[in-house]
Amino acid sequence: MAREGLTGSRIRERRTMSGMRQADLAREIGISASYLNLIEHNRRRIGGKLLVNIASALGVEPAALSEGAEAALIATLREAAVGNAISEAELDRADEFAGRFPGWAEILAGAHRRVNALERTIETLTDRLAHDPQLAASLHEVLSTAAAIRSTASILAESKDISDEWRDRFHNNIDQDSRRLSDSSKALVGYLDATDGQDGSDLASSPQEEVDAFLIEHGYHFASLESGAQTPEALIEDAIQLTSMAGRHIALGILKQMQRDARLVDLGALQQACADVGPDPLQLAHHFNAPASVILRRLATLPDLVSGFVACDRAGSLLVRKPIDHFALPRFGAACPLWPMFQAIATPGVFVSHAVQQVGRNNAEFSCYAVAEQTQPAGYNTPPLVQGMMLILPATLNREDRLKHGNGSHQGKGGHQNGTQTPLHVGSTCRVCARSACPGRREPSILSEGF
Amino acid sequence: MGKHVLLVEDEPNIIEAVSFLLSRDGWRVDTHVDGATAVARVHELSPDLVVLDHMLPGKSGMDILTELRSDDAFRDLPILMLTARGQMRDRALAEEAGVSRFMTKPFSNTEVLNAVRDLMRVHSADG
Repeated sequence: MAREGLTGSRIRERRTMSGMRQADLAREIGISASYLNLIEHNRRRIGGKLLVNIASALGVEPAALSEGAEAALIATLREAAVGNAISEAELDRADEFAGRFPGWAEILAGAHRRVNALERTIETLTDRLAHDPQLAASLHEVLSTAAAIRSTASILAESKDISDEWRDRFHNNIDQDSRRLSDSSKALVGYLDATDGQDGSDLASSPQEEVDAFLIEHGYHFASLESGAQTPEALIEDAIQLTSMAGRHIALGILKQMQRDARLVDLGALQQACADVGPDPLQLAHHFNAPASVILRRLATLPDLVSGFVACDRAGSLLVRKPIDHFALPRFGAACPLWPMFQAIATPGVFVSHAVQQVGRNNAEFSCYAVAEQTQPAGYNTPPLVQGMMLILPATLNREDRLKHGNGSHQGKGGHQNGTQTPLHVGSTCRVCARSACPGRREPSILSEGF
Repeated sequence: MGKHVLLVEDEPNIIEAVSFLLSRDGWRVDTHVDGATAVARVHELSPDLVVLDHMLPGKSGMDILTELRSDDAFRDLPILMLTARGQMRDRALAEEAGVSRFMTKPFSNTEVLNAVRDLMRVHSADG
Protein backbone atom coordinates (compact mmCIF):
# COMPACT_ATOMS: atom_id res chain seq x y z
CA MET A 1 0.00 0.00 0.00
CA ALA A 2 1.22 3.48 -0.80
CA ARG A 3 2.30 5.66 2.09
CA GLU A 4 -0.44 8.22 1.35
CA GLY A 5 -2.87 5.56 2.55
CA LEU A 6 -2.01 6.67 6.03
CA THR A 7 -3.97 9.85 5.47
CA GLY A 8 -7.22 7.94 5.20
CA SER A 9 -6.56 6.00 8.37
CA ARG A 10 -5.74 9.20 10.16
CA ILE A 11 -8.94 10.89 8.99
CA ARG A 12 -10.91 7.94 10.26
CA GLU A 13 -9.06 8.03 13.58
CA ARG A 14 -9.64 11.76 14.05
CA ARG A 15 -13.28 11.54 13.09
CA THR A 16 -13.88 8.68 15.51
CA MET A 17 -12.11 10.55 18.28
CA SER A 18 -14.29 13.60 17.70
CA GLY A 19 -17.43 11.46 17.82
CA MET A 20 -18.56 12.53 14.35
CA ARG A 21 -20.42 10.06 12.13
CA GLN A 22 -19.00 9.29 8.71
CA ALA A 23 -22.20 10.48 7.01
CA ASP A 24 -22.12 13.81 8.90
CA LEU A 25 -18.53 14.52 7.92
CA ALA A 26 -19.25 13.56 4.29
CA ARG A 27 -22.22 15.90 4.20
CA GLU A 28 -20.23 18.76 5.72
CA ILE A 29 -17.51 18.58 3.13
CA GLY A 30 -19.83 17.90 0.26
CA ILE A 31 -18.96 14.35 -0.77
CA SER A 32 -20.85 11.08 -0.56
CA ALA A 33 -20.52 8.90 2.50
CA SER A 34 -19.41 5.99 0.34
CA TYR A 35 -16.60 8.06 -1.17
CA LEU A 36 -15.47 9.14 2.30
CA ASN A 37 -15.57 5.50 3.31
CA LEU A 38 -13.21 4.65 0.47
CA ILE A 39 -10.90 7.47 1.53
CA GLU A 40 -10.89 6.39 5.15
CA HIS A 41 -10.00 2.85 4.13
CA ASN A 42 -7.13 4.19 2.10
CA ARG A 43 -8.66 3.13 -1.20
CA ARG A 44 -8.66 6.61 -2.67
CA ARG A 45 -5.85 9.09 -2.74
CA ILE A 46 -6.60 12.42 -1.15
CA GLY A 47 -5.00 15.84 -1.21
CA GLY A 48 -5.53 19.46 -2.14
CA LYS A 49 -8.76 21.26 -1.35
CA LEU A 50 -10.60 18.14 -0.17
CA LEU A 51 -7.93 17.44 2.43
CA VAL A 52 -8.08 21.07 3.59
CA ASN A 53 -11.87 20.84 3.90
CA ILE A 54 -11.76 17.60 5.88
CA ALA A 55 -9.07 19.02 8.17
CA SER A 56 -11.18 22.12 8.70
CA ALA A 57 -14.25 20.04 9.50
CA LEU A 58 -12.28 17.95 12.00
CA GLY A 59 -10.65 21.04 13.52
CA VAL A 60 -7.03 20.01 12.78
CA GLU A 61 -4.25 21.26 10.57
CA PRO A 62 -4.12 19.55 7.16
CA ALA A 63 -0.53 18.56 7.92
CA ALA A 64 -1.79 16.52 10.87
CA LEU A 65 -3.64 14.35 8.38
CA SER A 66 -1.01 14.16 5.68
CA GLU A 67 2.29 12.33 5.86
CA GLY A 68 4.46 15.08 7.38
CA ALA A 69 7.07 14.02 9.90
CA GLU A 70 5.51 10.61 10.25
CA ALA A 71 7.02 9.42 7.00
CA ALA A 72 10.23 8.71 8.92
CA LEU A 73 8.25 6.80 11.52
CA ILE A 74 6.68 4.60 8.88
CA ALA A 75 10.02 4.03 7.22
CA THR A 76 11.43 2.87 10.56
CA LEU A 77 8.46 0.58 11.13
CA ARG A 78 8.90 -0.94 7.71
CA GLU A 79 12.60 -1.41 8.42
CA ALA A 80 11.77 -3.16 11.70
CA ALA A 81 9.20 -5.35 9.96
CA VAL A 82 11.56 -6.39 7.19
CA GLY A 83 14.24 -7.24 9.77
CA ASN A 84 11.76 -9.53 11.52
CA ALA A 85 10.60 -11.31 8.39
CA ILE A 86 7.01 -10.16 8.69
CA SER A 87 4.52 -11.14 5.97
CA GLU A 88 3.98 -8.86 2.99
CA ALA A 89 0.35 -8.33 3.99
CA GLU A 90 1.35 -7.18 7.47
CA LEU A 91 4.09 -4.99 6.03
CA ASP A 92 1.52 -3.18 3.91
CA ARG A 93 -0.38 -2.21 7.04
CA ALA A 94 2.51 -0.24 8.58
CA ASP A 95 0.88 3.02 7.46
CA GLU A 96 -2.41 2.05 9.02
CA PHE A 97 -0.73 0.95 12.24
CA ALA A 98 1.16 4.25 12.55
CA GLY A 99 -1.99 6.18 11.79
CA ARG A 100 -4.22 4.40 14.26
CA PHE A 101 -1.74 3.81 17.06
CA PRO A 102 0.87 6.57 16.82
CA GLY A 103 2.06 6.09 20.42
CA TRP A 104 2.64 2.37 20.06
CA ALA A 105 4.22 2.94 16.68
CA GLU A 106 6.70 5.40 18.24
CA ILE A 107 7.58 2.86 20.93
CA LEU A 108 8.16 0.13 18.36
CA ALA A 109 10.21 2.43 16.13
CA GLY A 110 12.22 3.63 19.15
CA ALA A 111 12.91 0.04 20.20
CA HIS A 112 14.04 -0.75 16.67
CA ARG A 113 16.38 2.25 16.62
CA ARG A 114 17.77 1.20 20.00
CA VAL A 115 18.43 -2.34 18.77
CA ASN A 116 20.25 -0.89 15.78
CA ALA A 117 22.34 1.35 18.01
CA LEU A 118 23.27 -1.55 20.28
CA GLU A 119 24.18 -3.69 17.30
CA ARG A 120 26.47 -0.92 16.08
CA THR A 121 28.06 -0.78 19.53
CA ILE A 122 28.66 -4.51 19.51
CA GLU A 123 30.17 -4.28 16.06
CA THR A 124 32.46 -1.48 17.21
CA LEU A 125 33.60 -3.38 20.27
CA THR A 126 34.07 -6.56 18.26
CA ASP A 127 36.05 -4.57 15.74
CA ARG A 128 38.22 -3.22 18.52
CA LEU A 129 38.85 -6.69 19.90
CA ALA A 130 39.69 -7.94 16.44
CA HIS A 131 42.04 -5.14 15.51
CA ASP A 132 43.74 -4.16 18.72
CA PRO A 133 47.23 -5.54 18.01
CA GLN A 134 48.27 -5.83 21.66
CA LEU A 135 45.10 -7.60 22.64
CA ALA A 136 45.31 -9.93 19.63
CA ALA A 137 48.92 -10.80 20.43
CA SER A 138 48.11 -11.44 24.09
CA LEU A 139 45.15 -13.66 23.26
CA HIS A 140 47.17 -15.55 20.69
CA GLU A 141 49.87 -16.20 23.25
CA VAL A 142 47.36 -17.45 25.83
CA LEU A 143 45.52 -19.71 23.38
CA SER A 144 48.68 -21.14 21.83
CA THR A 145 50.12 -21.96 25.22
CA ALA A 146 46.82 -23.49 26.33
CA ALA A 147 46.82 -25.60 23.15
CA ALA A 148 50.31 -26.88 23.88
CA ILE A 149 49.43 -27.74 27.49
CA ARG A 150 46.17 -29.43 26.55
CA SER A 151 47.73 -31.54 23.85
CA THR A 152 50.74 -32.54 25.94
CA ALA A 153 48.68 -33.28 29.05
CA SER A 154 46.33 -35.47 27.00
CA ILE A 155 49.24 -37.47 25.65
CA LEU A 156 50.52 -38.04 29.19
CA ALA A 157 47.09 -38.94 30.54
CA GLU A 158 46.09 -41.25 27.72
CA SER A 159 49.38 -42.97 26.88
CA LYS A 160 50.18 -45.96 29.02
CA ASP A 161 53.19 -47.05 27.00
CA ILE A 162 55.08 -43.81 26.72
CA SER A 163 58.85 -44.02 27.28
CA ASP A 164 60.48 -42.39 30.29
CA GLU A 165 62.39 -40.04 28.00
CA TRP A 166 59.24 -38.75 26.32
CA ARG A 167 57.38 -38.59 29.64
CA ASP A 168 60.13 -36.41 31.14
CA ARG A 169 60.23 -34.23 28.10
CA PHE A 170 56.47 -33.66 28.14
CA HIS A 171 56.47 -32.98 31.86
CA ASN A 172 59.13 -30.40 31.29
CA ASN A 173 57.13 -28.86 28.42
CA ILE A 174 54.02 -28.61 30.59
CA ASP A 175 56.04 -26.97 33.33
CA GLN A 176 57.41 -24.39 30.86
CA ASP A 177 54.05 -23.76 29.25
CA SER A 178 52.17 -23.42 32.53
CA ARG A 179 54.60 -20.71 33.59
CA ARG A 180 54.18 -19.04 30.23
CA LEU A 181 50.42 -19.26 30.50
CA SER A 182 50.55 -17.77 33.96
CA ASP A 183 52.64 -14.83 32.74
CA SER A 184 50.62 -14.21 29.59
CA SER A 185 47.31 -14.43 31.51
CA LYS A 186 48.56 -11.89 34.00
CA ALA A 187 49.71 -9.64 31.17
CA LEU A 188 46.29 -9.91 29.55
CA VAL A 189 44.45 -9.10 32.77
CA GLY A 190 46.85 -6.22 33.41
CA TYR A 191 46.23 -4.91 29.94
CA LEU A 192 42.45 -5.01 30.32
CA ASP A 193 42.54 -3.56 33.83
CA ALA A 194 44.80 -0.69 32.91
CA THR A 195 42.38 0.35 30.18
CA ASP A 196 39.99 1.44 32.86
CA GLY A 197 42.42 3.00 35.25
CA GLN A 198 45.07 5.61 35.28
CA ASP A 199 48.01 4.14 37.05
CA GLY A 200 49.28 2.07 34.13
CA SER A 201 51.57 0.23 36.50
CA ASP A 202 52.17 -3.49 36.70
CA LEU A 203 52.43 -5.00 33.24
CA ALA A 204 52.90 -2.59 30.37
CA SER A 205 52.04 -3.74 26.88
CA SER A 206 53.84 -1.06 24.87
CA PRO A 207 57.05 0.97 25.25
CA GLN A 208 55.02 4.08 26.05
CA GLU A 209 53.24 2.20 28.82
CA GLU A 210 56.54 1.02 30.23
CA VAL A 211 57.59 4.65 30.43
CA ASP A 212 54.28 5.61 32.05
CA ALA A 213 54.73 2.87 34.66
CA PHE A 214 58.31 3.98 35.30
CA LEU A 215 57.37 7.64 35.78
CA ILE A 216 54.36 6.77 37.94
CA GLU A 217 56.53 4.56 40.12
CA HIS A 218 58.71 7.60 40.81
CA GLY A 219 55.82 10.02 41.12
CA TYR A 220 57.35 12.00 38.21
CA HIS A 221 59.99 13.17 40.64
CA PHE A 222 63.61 12.02 40.65
CA ALA A 223 65.38 13.45 43.68
CA SER A 224 68.70 11.90 42.70
CA LEU A 225 68.47 13.53 39.29
CA GLU A 226 67.65 16.89 40.86
CA SER A 227 70.63 16.66 43.16
CA GLY A 228 72.96 15.39 40.46
CA ALA A 229 73.59 12.20 42.41
CA GLN A 230 72.43 10.07 39.47
CA THR A 231 72.52 10.50 35.73
CA PRO A 232 69.55 9.74 33.46
CA GLU A 233 71.47 6.76 32.11
CA ALA A 234 71.96 5.34 35.61
CA LEU A 235 68.29 5.77 36.43
CA ILE A 236 67.32 3.98 33.24
CA GLU A 237 69.74 1.18 34.04
CA ASP A 238 68.00 0.58 37.38
CA ALA A 239 64.43 0.79 36.04
CA ILE A 240 62.73 -2.60 36.17
CA GLN A 241 59.67 -1.25 34.36
CA LEU A 242 61.67 -0.43 31.23
CA THR A 243 61.97 -3.82 29.59
CA SER A 244 62.17 -2.81 25.94
CA MET A 245 64.85 -0.85 24.14
CA ALA A 246 62.19 1.53 22.84
CA GLY A 247 60.90 2.13 26.36
CA ARG A 248 64.39 2.93 27.64
CA HIS A 249 64.97 5.27 24.71
CA ILE A 250 61.80 7.23 25.39
CA ALA A 251 62.44 7.39 29.14
CA LEU A 252 66.00 8.55 28.61
CA GLY A 253 64.78 11.47 26.50
CA ILE A 254 62.32 12.50 29.22
CA LEU A 255 64.92 12.27 32.00
CA LYS A 256 67.44 14.29 30.00
CA GLN A 257 64.82 16.96 29.52
CA MET A 258 64.14 16.92 33.28
CA GLN A 259 67.86 17.30 33.89
CA ARG A 260 68.09 20.32 31.58
CA ASP A 261 65.03 21.89 33.20
CA ALA A 262 66.48 21.33 36.69
CA ARG A 263 69.52 23.37 35.73
CA LEU A 264 67.28 26.27 34.72
CA VAL A 265 64.81 26.24 37.62
CA ASP A 266 65.79 24.84 40.99
CA LEU A 267 63.02 22.73 42.48
CA GLY A 268 63.46 24.10 46.00
CA ALA A 269 63.19 27.65 44.71
CA LEU A 270 60.12 26.69 42.70
CA GLN A 271 58.49 25.18 45.78
CA GLN A 272 59.16 28.38 47.68
CA ALA A 273 57.80 30.54 44.87
CA CYS A 274 54.66 28.41 44.70
CA ALA A 275 54.19 28.88 48.44
CA ASP A 276 54.61 32.63 48.00
CA VAL A 277 52.56 33.35 44.88
CA GLY A 278 50.73 30.11 44.11
CA PRO A 279 51.18 27.71 41.18
CA ASP A 280 50.39 30.26 38.49
CA PRO A 281 52.70 29.26 35.61
CA LEU A 282 52.79 32.67 33.95
CA GLN A 283 53.70 34.45 37.17
CA LEU A 284 56.34 31.83 37.90
CA ALA A 285 57.78 32.18 34.39
CA HIS A 286 58.21 35.90 35.04
CA HIS A 287 59.62 35.22 38.47
CA PHE A 288 62.31 32.83 37.18
CA ASN A 289 62.70 34.50 33.82
CA ALA A 290 62.32 31.04 32.34
CA PRO A 291 60.40 29.75 29.32
CA ALA A 292 56.81 28.80 30.04
CA SER A 293 57.49 25.27 28.80
CA VAL A 294 60.17 24.79 31.46
CA ILE A 295 57.86 26.07 34.18
CA LEU A 296 55.06 23.72 33.12
CA ARG A 297 57.38 20.72 33.13
CA ARG A 298 58.93 21.73 36.46
CA LEU A 299 55.54 22.18 38.11
CA ALA A 300 54.62 18.69 36.90
CA THR A 301 57.58 17.28 38.85
CA LEU A 302 56.79 19.08 42.12
CA PRO A 303 56.12 16.28 44.62
CA ASP A 304 53.57 18.21 46.69
CA LEU A 305 51.54 19.68 43.83
CA VAL A 306 48.61 17.60 42.58
CA SER A 307 48.96 17.89 38.83
CA GLY A 308 48.59 16.08 35.56
CA PHE A 309 50.78 16.69 32.56
CA VAL A 310 50.69 15.72 28.90
CA ALA A 311 53.01 16.47 26.03
CA CYS A 312 52.55 15.76 22.35
CA ASP A 313 54.26 16.26 19.04
CA ARG A 314 52.70 18.13 16.14
CA ALA A 315 51.20 14.88 14.85
CA GLY A 316 49.23 14.67 18.07
CA SER A 317 51.01 11.62 19.49
CA LEU A 318 51.06 11.77 23.27
CA LEU A 319 54.67 11.66 24.40
CA VAL A 320 54.22 12.08 28.16
CA ARG A 321 51.12 11.23 30.16
CA LYS A 322 51.13 12.10 33.84
CA PRO A 323 47.66 11.14 35.05
CA ILE A 324 45.52 13.13 37.43
CA ASP A 325 42.31 11.83 38.98
CA HIS A 326 39.14 12.33 36.92
CA PHE A 327 40.93 13.63 33.81
CA ALA A 328 40.99 10.59 31.53
CA LEU A 329 43.96 10.28 29.21
CA PRO A 330 43.54 8.02 26.18
CA ARG A 331 45.46 4.78 26.27
CA PHE A 332 45.65 4.49 22.51
CA GLY A 333 45.11 6.83 19.63
CA ALA A 334 44.66 10.53 19.54
CA ALA A 335 43.32 12.66 22.37
CA CYS A 336 40.40 15.10 22.32
CA PRO A 337 41.23 17.83 19.77
CA LEU A 338 39.64 20.43 22.04
CA TRP A 339 42.34 20.14 24.68
CA PRO A 340 44.07 23.52 25.13
CA MET A 341 47.37 21.81 24.31
CA PHE A 342 46.33 21.53 20.67
CA GLN A 343 45.35 25.20 20.65
CA ALA A 344 48.88 25.93 21.88
CA ILE A 345 50.37 23.80 19.09
CA ALA A 346 48.37 25.80 16.56
CA THR A 347 49.56 29.10 18.00
CA PRO A 348 53.21 28.67 18.98
CA GLY A 349 54.40 31.29 21.41
CA VAL A 350 50.98 31.89 22.92
CA PHE A 351 50.60 30.81 26.52
CA VAL A 352 47.15 29.21 26.59
CA SER A 353 45.20 29.00 29.81
CA HIS A 354 41.71 27.63 30.13
CA ALA A 355 39.24 26.34 32.66
CA VAL A 356 38.30 22.89 31.43
CA GLN A 357 35.60 20.42 32.29
CA GLN A 358 36.11 16.90 31.09
CA VAL A 359 32.79 15.32 30.19
CA GLY A 360 32.43 11.97 31.87
CA ARG A 361 31.43 10.23 35.03
CA ASN A 362 32.71 12.98 37.31
CA ASN A 363 32.52 16.05 35.07
CA ALA A 364 35.48 17.33 37.01
CA GLU A 365 36.86 20.82 36.40
CA PHE A 366 40.49 21.70 35.90
CA SER A 367 42.72 24.64 35.13
CA CYS A 368 44.83 23.83 32.10
CA TYR A 369 47.94 25.72 31.02
CA ALA A 370 49.43 24.92 27.65
CA VAL A 371 52.25 26.10 25.47
CA ALA A 372 54.18 24.87 22.46
CA GLU A 373 57.93 25.02 22.05
CA GLN A 374 60.25 24.38 19.16
CA THR A 375 62.40 21.35 19.86
CA GLN A 376 65.24 21.96 17.43
CA PRO A 377 67.05 25.02 16.08
CA ALA A 378 65.56 26.60 12.96
CA GLY A 379 67.04 25.63 9.59
CA TYR A 380 66.56 26.81 6.03
CA ASN A 381 63.35 25.41 4.54
CA THR A 382 62.99 23.07 7.47
CA PRO A 383 59.60 22.84 9.08
CA PRO A 384 60.06 23.40 12.79
CA LEU A 385 59.60 20.46 15.10
CA VAL A 386 57.21 21.56 17.77
CA GLN A 387 56.16 19.96 21.01
CA GLY A 388 53.01 20.95 22.85
CA MET A 389 52.47 20.45 26.55
CA MET A 390 49.73 21.01 29.05
CA LEU A 391 49.75 21.20 32.83
CA ILE A 392 46.46 20.11 34.40
CA LEU A 393 45.64 21.42 37.86
CA PRO A 394 42.47 20.76 39.84
CA ALA A 395 40.18 23.78 39.50
CA THR A 396 39.66 23.86 43.27
CA LEU A 397 43.39 24.29 43.78
CA ASN A 398 43.38 27.26 41.50
CA ARG A 399 40.45 28.90 43.27
CA GLU A 400 41.79 28.27 46.77
CA ASP A 401 45.13 29.55 45.74
CA ARG A 402 43.75 32.73 44.27
CA LEU A 403 41.81 33.38 47.42
CA LYS A 404 44.99 32.88 49.40
CA HIS A 405 47.16 35.03 47.22
CA GLY A 406 44.69 37.65 46.08
CA ASN A 407 42.46 37.60 43.00
CA GLY A 408 43.78 38.52 39.60
CA SER A 409 47.53 38.97 39.48
CA HIS A 410 48.96 37.73 36.17
CA GLN A 411 45.95 35.67 35.28
CA GLY A 412 43.93 38.79 34.81
CA LYS A 413 46.55 40.25 32.47
CA GLY A 414 46.72 37.06 30.49
CA GLY A 415 43.08 37.30 29.57
CA HIS A 416 41.56 34.50 31.56
CA GLN A 417 40.69 33.80 35.13
CA ASN A 418 40.03 30.15 35.58
CA GLY A 419 37.81 30.60 38.58
CA THR A 420 35.24 32.69 36.70
CA GLN A 421 35.67 31.54 33.13
CA THR A 422 33.06 29.27 31.58
CA PRO A 423 34.78 25.93 31.41
CA LEU A 424 35.71 24.52 28.05
CA HIS A 425 34.04 21.12 27.66
CA VAL A 426 36.47 18.51 26.45
CA GLY A 427 36.66 14.73 26.34
CA SER A 428 39.34 12.09 26.53
CA THR A 429 39.16 10.67 23.03
CA CYS A 430 36.24 10.53 20.61
CA ARG A 431 35.71 6.80 20.88
CA VAL A 432 34.80 6.93 24.56
CA CYS A 433 33.39 10.45 24.74
CA ALA A 434 29.65 10.73 25.23
CA ARG A 435 29.41 14.33 24.03
CA SER A 436 27.33 13.86 20.89
CA ALA A 437 27.18 17.39 19.46
CA CYS A 438 30.89 18.08 19.41
CA PRO A 439 32.51 20.08 16.63
CA GLY A 440 35.75 18.16 17.06
CA ARG A 441 34.32 14.67 16.74
CA ARG A 442 36.38 12.43 14.46
CA GLU A 443 34.43 9.23 14.85
CA PRO A 444 31.24 8.06 16.52
CA SER A 445 31.46 7.23 20.19
CA ILE A 446 30.85 3.71 21.37
CA LEU A 447 29.24 5.20 24.47
CA SER A 448 26.80 7.81 23.28
CA GLU A 449 24.31 5.50 21.67
CA GLY A 450 25.13 2.10 23.07
CA PHE A 451 25.51 2.72 26.78
CA MET B 1 56.35 -45.96 5.87
CA GLY B 2 53.08 -44.13 6.60
CA LYS B 3 51.64 -41.07 4.92
CA HIS B 4 53.64 -37.92 5.07
CA VAL B 5 52.57 -34.79 7.02
CA LEU B 6 54.26 -31.41 7.09
CA LEU B 7 53.54 -29.50 10.29
CA VAL B 8 54.11 -25.75 9.86
CA GLU B 9 54.01 -24.31 13.36
CA ASP B 10 56.25 -22.03 15.41
CA GLU B 11 55.29 -23.05 18.95
CA PRO B 12 57.96 -25.60 19.95
CA ASN B 13 55.80 -27.48 22.44
CA ILE B 14 52.87 -27.73 20.06
CA ILE B 15 55.28 -29.05 17.44
CA GLU B 16 56.51 -31.66 19.87
CA ALA B 17 53.06 -32.76 21.03
CA VAL B 18 51.45 -32.89 17.58
CA SER B 19 54.48 -34.57 16.04
CA PHE B 20 54.41 -37.24 18.75
CA LEU B 21 50.70 -37.73 18.28
CA LEU B 22 50.85 -38.12 14.51
CA SER B 23 54.00 -40.23 14.53
CA ARG B 24 52.38 -42.63 16.97
CA ASP B 25 49.41 -42.81 14.62
CA GLY B 26 51.69 -43.96 11.85
CA TRP B 27 52.42 -40.71 10.06
CA ARG B 28 55.79 -39.57 8.91
CA VAL B 29 56.09 -36.04 10.25
CA ASP B 30 58.28 -33.18 9.08
CA THR B 31 58.16 -29.83 10.78
CA HIS B 32 58.81 -26.28 9.69
CA VAL B 33 58.71 -23.11 11.81
CA ASP B 34 59.19 -20.27 9.33
CA GLY B 35 56.25 -18.81 7.44
CA ALA B 36 58.40 -17.07 4.84
CA THR B 37 59.91 -20.33 3.54
CA ALA B 38 56.96 -22.63 4.17
CA VAL B 39 55.77 -22.74 0.55
CA ALA B 40 59.24 -23.66 -0.64
CA ARG B 41 59.31 -26.41 1.97
CA VAL B 42 56.02 -27.81 0.67
CA HIS B 43 57.48 -27.83 -2.85
CA GLU B 44 60.56 -29.58 -1.58
CA LEU B 45 58.81 -32.28 0.45
CA SER B 46 55.50 -32.73 -1.44
CA PRO B 47 53.72 -33.96 1.69
CA ASP B 48 50.39 -35.81 1.61
CA LEU B 49 48.90 -33.32 4.06
CA VAL B 50 49.85 -29.99 5.65
CA VAL B 51 48.98 -28.90 9.18
CA LEU B 52 49.33 -25.13 9.06
CA ASP B 53 49.37 -22.58 11.88
CA HIS B 54 47.65 -19.26 11.17
CA MET B 55 50.09 -16.87 12.82
CA LEU B 56 53.64 -17.58 11.74
CA PRO B 57 56.77 -15.48 11.60
CA GLY B 58 57.60 -14.18 8.14
CA LYS B 59 54.30 -14.97 6.41
CA SER B 60 50.82 -15.71 7.70
CA GLY B 61 49.20 -19.09 7.36
CA MET B 62 46.49 -17.45 5.27
CA ASP B 63 49.02 -16.13 2.75
CA ILE B 64 50.71 -19.53 2.60
CA LEU B 65 47.34 -21.18 2.01
CA THR B 66 46.48 -18.73 -0.78
CA GLU B 67 49.84 -19.22 -2.43
CA LEU B 68 49.58 -23.00 -2.31
CA ARG B 69 46.06 -22.99 -3.74
CA SER B 70 47.16 -20.82 -6.64
CA ASP B 71 49.54 -23.60 -7.66
CA ASP B 72 47.90 -26.42 -9.61
CA ALA B 73 50.17 -28.94 -7.95
CA PHE B 74 48.70 -28.15 -4.53
CA ARG B 75 45.14 -27.24 -5.43
CA ASP B 76 43.84 -30.46 -3.82
CA LEU B 77 46.47 -30.88 -1.13
CA PRO B 78 44.66 -31.46 2.22
CA ILE B 79 45.44 -28.52 4.50
CA LEU B 80 44.36 -28.41 8.13
CA MET B 81 44.65 -24.93 9.59
CA LEU B 82 45.19 -24.53 13.32
CA THR B 83 44.53 -21.08 14.65
CA ALA B 84 44.03 -19.04 17.79
CA ARG B 85 41.88 -16.74 15.67
CA GLY B 86 38.51 -18.44 15.83
CA GLN B 87 36.30 -15.65 14.62
CA MET B 88 33.68 -16.33 12.00
CA ARG B 89 35.38 -13.89 9.68
CA ASP B 90 38.73 -15.69 9.90
CA ARG B 91 37.05 -19.02 9.30
CA ALA B 92 35.16 -17.61 6.31
CA LEU B 93 38.34 -16.14 4.87
CA ALA B 94 40.19 -19.42 5.29
CA GLU B 95 37.37 -21.34 3.64
CA GLU B 96 37.28 -18.85 0.82
CA ALA B 97 41.01 -19.33 0.36
CA GLY B 98 40.49 -23.07 0.10
CA VAL B 99 41.34 -24.53 3.49
CA SER B 100 40.32 -28.18 3.86
CA ARG B 101 39.62 -27.98 7.60
CA PHE B 102 39.78 -25.15 10.12
CA MET B 103 40.43 -25.86 13.80
CA THR B 104 40.74 -23.40 16.66
CA LYS B 105 43.25 -23.56 19.50
CA PRO B 106 43.18 -25.00 22.06
CA PHE B 107 42.23 -28.24 20.27
CA SER B 108 41.96 -31.78 21.57
CA ASN B 109 44.30 -34.48 20.31
CA THR B 110 41.34 -36.56 19.21
CA GLU B 111 40.03 -33.69 17.10
CA VAL B 112 43.37 -33.29 15.38
CA LEU B 113 43.81 -36.99 14.75
CA ASN B 114 40.26 -37.39 13.46
CA ALA B 115 40.62 -34.36 11.20
CA VAL B 116 43.89 -35.61 9.72
CA ARG B 117 42.53 -39.11 9.19
CA ASP B 118 39.30 -37.78 7.63
CA LEU B 119 41.14 -35.45 5.28
CA MET B 120 43.45 -38.20 4.15
CA ARG B 121 40.58 -40.65 3.66
CA VAL B 122 38.58 -38.18 1.59
CA HIS B 123 41.64 -37.20 -0.41
CA SER B 124 42.52 -40.84 -1.12
CA ALA B 125 38.95 -41.61 -2.15
CA ASP B 126 38.88 -38.59 -4.48
CA GLY B 127 42.31 -39.35 -5.88
